[in-house]
Amino acid sequence: MAITANKPASVGNTTSLKREKLQDTIAGYMFILPALFFFTIFTVFPILYGAFLALFKINITTIDNRTFVGLDNFPKVWENEDFQLSLLNTARFSLFVVIFQTILALLLAVAVNQKIRGRTFFRTAFFFPSISSSVVISIIFLWVFNKFGILNYILSLVGIDGPVWVDDPKTALNSIMGLNIWTTAGTFMVIYLAALQDIPAQLYEAASVDGATPIQKFFKITVPLLTPTTFFVVTLGIIGTFQVFDQAFVISAGSGGPEKSTLTIVFFIYQQAFRERNGMGVAAAGAVILFVIIFSLTLIQRRFFKTEQNY
Amino acid sequence: MAVSAKVPTSTTSIVNETSPWTRRIIKIVSYSLLVGFALLQFIPFIWALSASFKNGAEIQTSLSFPPRFIPNSPTFQNYIDIFTIVPFGTWYLNSFIVAVITTLLTLFFSSTSGYAFARIPFPGRDIIFWAIIGTMAIPGVITIVPIYILLKSLGLTDTMQGLIIPFMVTSFGIFLMRQFFTSIPAELEEAARVDGAGRIRTFVQIVLPLARPALSALTIFTFMGRWNDFLMPLIIIGKSELFTLPLGMSTFRGQYKTDWNLLMSGSILVMIPIVILYIAFQRFFIQGISTTGMK
Repeated sequence: MAITANKPASVGNTTSLKREKLQDTIAGYMFILPALFFFTIFTVFPILYGAFLALFKINITTIDNRTFVGLDNFPKVWENEDFQLSLLNTARFSLFVVIFQTILALLLAVAVNQKIRGRTFFRTAFFFPSISSSVVISIIFLWVFNKFGILNYILSLVGIDGPVWVDDPKTALNSIMGLNIWTTAGTFMVIYLAALQDIPAQLYEAASVDGATPIQKFFKITVPLLTPTTFFVVTLGIIGTFQVFDQAFVISAGSGGPEKSTLTIVFFIYQQAFRERNGMGVAAAGAVILFVIIFSLTLIQRRFFKTEQNY
Repeated sequence: MAVSAKVPTSTTSIVNETSPWTRRIIKIVSYSLLVGFALLQFIPFIWALSASFKNGAEIQTSLSFPPRFIPNSPTFQNYIDIFTIVPFGTWYLNSFIVAVITTLLTLFFSSTSGYAFARIPFPGRDIIFWAIIGTMAIPGVITIVPIYILLKSLGLTDTMQGLIIPFMVTSFGIFLMRQFFTSIPAELEEAARVDGAGRIRTFVQIVLPLARPALSALTIFTFMGRWNDFLMPLIIIGKSELFTLPLGMSTFRGQYKTDWNLLMSGSILVMIPIVILYIAFQRFFIQGISTTGMK
C-alpha cells in the first residue's frame, strides 16, 4: 500500500527521492516532538526516577536532601507488618474480585447476546457505573452499606440481620469487593460481548445438529473460544485490583481501617510517602515491589492460559 | 451446509436449532439475570437520589426500616446548601477547567503524534511508538512518588497546572489515534498532497475531519478520566480552593459524616456532566471499550 509518500515525479530520481525522505523525517519528528517531549518528562522519566528513588532515604520536607541507602528499603518494605498485611488484603481482594467479576461479566454478556429485547438498554445500564467517579460511588455505597441502609433492609426481608459492613473489620474489605465487582462487571461484559459476536454462528448450529445441549455448547464452544478474551479480562482485572485505592480510602475515611482491614498496597505506599517523615524512598521501593508482583502474576497467568489452550 | 443457509445472518446465539422449551428456559434465565443485575445497578443510584431530596430531619429518622424511597416533603435545599457549606462551586469550576484543558491538549498531542506514527515514514518511528506503548504495561502507581517530587521541584504542587501537564500526553491517546489513522484509507490525503497541499494543511483540512469518531472517543475517555481522578489531586493539592470535585467530596465526607442528604446531593451533582456526556456519546464509549479494551 502506498503509505510512503512516493509521488509519481520522483520515480527513478534518486536526489529528489532522498530529499523527500529527508522532508518526511523532518515532518515526522515535527509532528511527534511536542508529544514526545512531555511524554519523556512526565511518563518515561518518572518510571525510571521511581526505581532510582527507591535507593534513598528521603525526608518529605527537605526532598532534595536525601541519603543513599542502596537496597535497604526493599527488606524494610518486605518486613514491614503493614506491608505484609496490605499485601494479604490486596491479594484476597484481587482473587475474589477478579474471579467474580469475570464470571459475572461472561454470564451477562452471554445473556445480552441472546436475541433479547432491550439489549442496548442493558448494555448501557451495566456500563454506566464504571464511568462514574470512584469517590462518588464509594460515598453512595457508604449510604447503601449503612446499618439501616437499603442493603440491610433487603437482607432483613429474608431474615438476615445485616452487619455494620464498613465499620466491622470482618466485612469492611468484603464491602469494597462487592462495590468493585458491581462497578466493573459491566465494562468487562462489553469486552466479552464484542468477542462473542466474532464466534461464527455455524459452530453453534453444527453443535445443535449433533444434539449438543445449550450448557454443553457454552462449555465446549463459548468458553474455549473466548480464552484470549478471558486472558485479557483477567489481566486487566489483576492490574486494576492490585492498585485499588480510591474506594478503600473513601470507605475508611482515609484510615485504612477498621483495624487496617482495608489497607491495600497502594494505600500503604501512600501512607509511607505522605504520612511518614522519611518514607518516600520506602514508598518508592514498595511501588517497585508491586510492579514486580503485578508483572509476575500477568506472566504466570499467561502461561496458565497458554497450556489451557494447548490441551 | 444446509443449516447455515437457514440462518444467513451471523447473530450468534445458543438458541438456534434447539427445542422451543429449551429456548424458553434460556430466555427466562437470561432475562432474570439481566433484570436482576439491572435492579442491583439502579437501586443504589435511586437510593442516593431519594436521599438527596430529603430534609435533614427526615434523613436522620429515615435510618430505620422500612426505607422510604419517596421523600415526605421533597426539597431542593440540599442542592443549594452544599454550595454554601463548602466551596462546591469553586470545586466544580476547578474540575471543569482541569478536565476541559487536559482534554483539549490531549486531543492535540495524540492526533499530531498518532498521525505521524501512522502515516509519515521516518527513521526510528516504530521503535519510538512501541516504546511509548510499552509504558502502558507499567502500573501507574510506580510514579506516585517520582511525579510528586518532580512536580514539587517544578513548583507545580498546589496548582491546577500540576493536574493538567502530567496527563496531557498519554500512551493511550497516541495508541488510539494511531490505530484509527492506520485504519482509514490513505488515498484522500495522497490526492491532496499531489495537489500540492503541505503536511500540516493535509492534516488539518483532510485528516482531522475524518478522525471525528476517534477524537470523540478520546474526548470522552480523557474528560471522564480527569473529572473522576482522585489520587493525583489528593497528592499534590492541599488548598481547599484548589480542590477538584472528587477530592472535595472525599474531604466533605470526612467532615459531614452523617449529613447523607448533603453528601448525596453533592454526589448527584458530580455525576451529572458524566451522565450527559454518556447519553450524548454512548456509542463512542462502547466502541472505545470494545476496540481498545480499556478505559
